[in-house]
Amino acid sequence: MIDFGFTLSKSSTVDLNKIDHSRYDQLVKLVPTARMCMNCGSCGATCTVSEYKGMSVRKVLYGIQRGEDVKAMLSSCMLCGKCTMVCPRGINTRNLILNLCKLYD
Amino acid sequence: MIDRIPSGFHPFVIPFLVGMAFVLLYCFGAMIRVLYELSWQDRKKFFLSLLNPKILLKDIKDIFLNCLIHVPLWKRNKLFGYMHSSIAFGWFMIILLGHIEVLLFVPGRINLFYYPIFFNYFVAEDDVTLRGSLLFFLMDFFLLLIMSGIAIAIFRRIKNHVFGVKRMARPTFLNLVGLYSLWAIFPLRWLAESFTAHISGGSFMTIPANWLFRQFLGNELNMLPTWWAYSIALCVFMCVLPFTRYMHIPAEMLLIPMRNAGLKVRSSRKGFARVEFFSCPNCGVCIDACPMTVDNGNVKDCTVYLTRQLRRNNEERIQEISDKCLLCGKCEALCQVGVEGPGLRILERARRDYTVPFLYPAGDKKVESRKVLYFAGCMTHLTPAIGRSVEAIMKKAGIDFTWLDEQGGLCCGRPMFTAGRIAEAKAIVANMEKLILESGCDTLLVSCPICYKMFREQYNLPGVEIVNYIPFINNLINTGRIKVEKSDICYVYHDPCELGRGCGMYEEPRKLLGRSAGIAEAGHNREESICCGGSLGSLSLDFSQRENMTKAALNDLYTSNADAIATACPLCQATFARYADRPVKDIAEIVNNQIL
Repeated sequence: MIDFGFTLSKSSTVDLNKIDHSRYDQLVKLVPTARMCMNCGSCGATCTVSEYKGMSVRKVLYGIQRGEDVKAMLSSCMLCGKCTMVCPRGINTRNLILNLCKLYD
Repeated sequence: MIDRIPSGFHPFVIPFLVGMAFVLLYCFGAMIRVLYELSWQDRKKFFLSLLNPKILLKDIKDIFLNCLIHVPLWKRNKLFGYMHSSIAFGWFMIILLGHIEVLLFVPGRINLFYYPIFFNYFVAEDDVTLRGSLLFFLMDFFLLLIMSGIAIAIFRRIKNHVFGVKRMARPTFLNLVGLYSLWAIFPLRWLAESFTAHISGGSFMTIPANWLFRQFLGNELNMLPTWWAYSIALCVFMCVLPFTRYMHIPAEMLLIPMRNAGLKVRSSRKGFARVEFFSCPNCGVCIDACPMTVDNGNVKDCTVYLTRQLRRNNEERIQEISDKCLLCGKCEALCQVGVEGPGLRILERARRDYTVPFLYPAGDKKVESRKVLYFAGCMTHLTPAIGRSVEAIMKKAGIDFTWLDEQGGLCCGRPMFTAGRIAEAKAIVANMEKLILESGCDTLLVSCPICYKMFREQYNLPGVEIVNYIPFINNLINTGRIKVEKSDICYVYHDPCELGRGCGMYEEPRKLLGRSAGIAEAGHNREESICCGGSLGSLSLDFSQRENMTKAALNDLYTSNADAIATACPLCQATFARYADRPVKDIAEIVNNQIL
């Protein structure tokens, strides 16, 4: 095959058989506004630590909905609150991160 | 005066003795418990302070001025001050004079605990009683003083708004029992002394009453029942005291020496914190002060309810109350006894367990070496006009400087700290300290008051001066490095919580703003300034719940009829700008536009 300088990533098809929604459901109970995310990415664009660990509340939220490991992102958050300030949906992102940090064992 | 009852005892003193024994034992036990809960360093510090004559004198002075005269309350509200000091000081004087009377007339009885309280029942006048007429007069005078205070207290329960206090904490059942028994004590004492006045003598309050009662009631039959009632009222008050807000009376007497000894709250539940939340008199000043209680919302999340729930160990409510608070610090600034509402809440948040550890992400950041290092902070990167204005001013003044965080990516640690993750915040602080010290700068310039407070209080930067941009720019003007001309726009200045109440900087920003523009004052300013509602202090308040708070703060700023709003905090600026009907500018922007 001709080398175009990029590769195809592994398919990330959503596999409902394998996804564990329990953590997301717990989170929604604690922070109801978590449901309002529309994946616009404002949080990631303003995030103080996105340049180091690729942190973004958007990625955290869809990550836990797909059962991915988001711990590395969570442990880099400094809770500065910029994402809360810019969220067009008014999601309490700081509280969301803080609560998620309690939900892992 | 001579003894009238040979045995010096009557059963009616028993309720008083029971109440007194109970309250003394309880308070003593509570004090031992608090001292036991202190760390040994704190305990040592406290005991040593009691041996230091200078601190001891201050303790006595503070207890006298705060607990008896209620000086802070007088400064806030004269009628309130009168009401409290008349009852507290009057009661103290009656007890003191009672002891003097016993010492003067029946010195053999001074070892009887109840004698000074029920003196008039146990003695009879003789021919040398005239010597005591001044004491009798003083006794009646202080009783009148207390009863005038009680009358105001009763009136206050009916017409609260007369006192300029809109909302009070809802009294619990026991608080009501305590309140009514306190109200009953002094009129009952007056009645009891009046019925006995023809035997024991009296003064301008009791003798006319004795004469009046003789006309239609008779005195002899009523004498004992009223003394019984007086004693029972005292007993009820003292028995409920530990479980009501009146616990603030003994607690404050411990709080003041502990504070003077330099003790700080280290846990939200134990030791010094326990004394603090037992010292809360439930006056409810914090309810009107709290920015969250706009439109009567969130009233039960004020500091007065925090102290109440801490006393009850109501975990669910404690968590809710401590997570909601904006940490603006107004309740603490206005609190009469100095309950540290925000500090207790941060410590309460620190009790939570987090299973995901924090790993400092920005460890390999480097910075150029210059004399002045400018730290803009996270929030300023959302309102870049502030950072660019500071940069422009520095360039115009020819300062050798560089940014610490031009592209962002660094946090001071304050948001982590207020979220109660103290160890994690300390990790941020340690990394930042290393970065700043390695840069070799001699001045750290900070334009965000949230960061400034953190740098001032939590950072250890030897050889580096931490300055806020307001005094820094003021200094540039003073030394003639920049010149500003005054514009004809009038700004109303909003005191940011972290700069004003947080760092005590009220006059410098006004001075700087006054040099470059007209200045007006908001309805509530300086330590009474209302939080913009955008504070990062709150964990659980959602964006939509903050709208009313921001609008209420704006309405207070509008009362000045200024053309625009000036502030000195990027977070206040961004929050206000969303809802304001006039421009909201940071002082740096205003000054930068006015530089000649």
